[in-house]
Amino acid sequence: MAIVGSLDFEKPIEEIEDKIAELSKLTQEREIDFSQEIKKLEVKAQEMKKEVFSNLTPWQKVLMARHTGRPSTMDYIRMIFKDFIELCGDRLFKEDKAIVGGIAELDDYKVFIIGHRKGKDTKSNLEYNFGMPHPEGYRKAIRLANLAEKFSKPIITFIDTPGAYPGVGAEERGQGEAIARTLQVFSKIQVPIIVVIIGEGGSGGALAIGIGNRILMLEHAVYSVISPEGCAAILWNDPSKTIEAAKNLSLTANDLVRLKVIDEIIKEPVGGAHRSPEEASCLVKDSIISCLKELQEIPISELALERYQKLRKIGKYLE
Amino acid sequence: MVWFRKPKYTIVTPQAKRAKIPDGLWIRCNDCGELIFKKEWENNLKVCPKCNYHFQLRAKERLEITVDEGTFEEDNKSLAPIDFLKFIDKKPYKERIIENQEKAQLNDAVITGCGYIEKIKTAIAVLDFNFMGGSMGSVMGEKITRLIEKATDLKIPLLIVSSSGGARMQEGIISLFQMSKTVAALELHNKAKLLFISLLTHPTTGGVTASFASIGDIIIAEAKTLIGFAGPRVIEQTIKEKLPYKFQQSEFLLEHGLIDMVVNRKNVKNVLGRFLHFFC
Repeated sequence: MAIVGSLDFEKPIEEIEDKIAELSKLTQEREIDFSQEIKKLEVKAQEMKKEVFSNLTPWQKVLMARHTGRPSTMDYIRMIFKDFIELCGDRLFKEDKAIVGGIAELDDYKVFIIGHRKGKDTKSNLEYNFGMPHPEGYRKAIRLANLAEKFSKPIITFIDTPGAYPGVGAEERGQGEAIARTLQVFSKIQVPIIVVIIGEGGSGGALAIGIGNRILMLEHAVYSVISPEGCAAILWNDPSKTIEAAKNLSLTANDLVRLKVIDEIIKEPVGGAHRSPEEASCLVKDSIISCLKELQEIPISELALERYQKLRKIGKYLE
Repeated sequence: MVWFRKPKYTIVTPQAKRAKIPDGLWIRCNDCGELIFKKEWENNLKVCPKCNYHFQLRAKERLEITVDEGTFEEDNKSLAPIDFLKFIDKKPYKERIIENQEKAQLNDAVITGCGYIEKIKTAIAVLDFNFMGGSMGSVMGEKITRLIEKATDLKIPLLIVSSSGGARMQEGIISLFQMSKTVAALELHNKAKLLFISLLTHPTTGGVTASFASIGDIIIAEAKTLIGFAGPRVIEQTIKEKLPYKFQQSEFLLEHGLIDMVVNRKNVKNVLGRFLHFFC
């Protein structure tokens, strides 16, 4: 079964999968037994998937992370949590749909959820501004974080954005201040914060809701100081250097573990989260719950300090 | 006899006229394009006397005009960047570091330390745009964080003079996290009820705007300073429109409620002193 917007390196796998589908159809229609052939092809497809997806280049990871079929924040909210109630608005200017927030239950835990919201098609992407927040999105995040603290509820954030929106209105209303203030509030909030990077972690717009006691990242997600396209344009002055930029930026989950920026990689189903969203959501849920359990043991007054100590260690220099 | 004679003119070639100006005596204003007598410009703290454009200052020059003479003591001078990602764009980062260190006579893009401003002891960080566009990598993040922690320990006010293109791409994600590190340190300084003044100088953009620079208790900008999160070129490409001339200049930020005041360079020290004396 071909997935909408499939990537070049997925094509050979999809060809085999199409063949399998065809043979199954023939088996049914003409009552010929192809089960041996199908089995062989399935083994081959599985091997191929493992081969391709365990050796993705940084640029291929970027494409995976941006895949429109990839489960989004809204998908995880639907699949992992129950009784989600969306909370809207920053109480200052307007409701920014590029960031979704609300309350929900996760097994026995009552939690706050804050995440970037991307669409699945042109219409919804326009509605959510492609997941690129304005200042009011970050100010909504601040409002919800303060509310979570007031009622001692853990916060779970989902990161998936190309970046904060670069526009006239965003600048007029203080995009820089909004991001900085969100960082400040998230650094001091006295409840557990779990950050999950599910897709594209684009620069300051991602980082703003990215301070946490535990930072988890999906296997094929990326997280970078700047998009490879932006980096190629600025440093190389040549948009064709995007792939090289992606390689240099060290933006994959493995890179981020090595650099000690994230705590844990959440394995994805073979072939990527977009191929089996349900399975992916189970893995994400398990990781979040085990983090919640761990963080319950830490006295609430020490949570902010724990986050600070984690941040404090990040940096490499000669003394 | 001819009563009316055509007057005779000597033709002065432009080359001949130019040749009379010795090199290095004049400079051209980046903003209005006028020629300025260099001596006058220097006496005016490198501000154009014709249009009030504030030229960039080196970190050392900024300290000279801001801190009480002879009181500044630099900290962590030896901290230096390393190329831990082995980042190569047009040039290896390793080479860029050495080149910039030679050019700027600094280990990285910030000087930090303590000194007195109008007789009040203050922790001070000054960014230097001359070193890789004042970009924030590990060294800047660490030096600023240490400075803030020191200010919190000593219970003294903090001044950060910003001038930066943003996060340093050559240090990847680590440079991005310097934003959260410095802001988290600032929050502890804030919680201790200590004053933080952010002075924005030309230009302040990107990751520096989206971290410490924008959350001062008091935010002051020098006149005609470019301040923003996204640079004007990126915005123009996004919205496919030309931006107005004043967009993202300090006066524009004042109008939109993002800063407390716009100050001319010659008054900056006096204004800082007044705030420090009021709050400390």
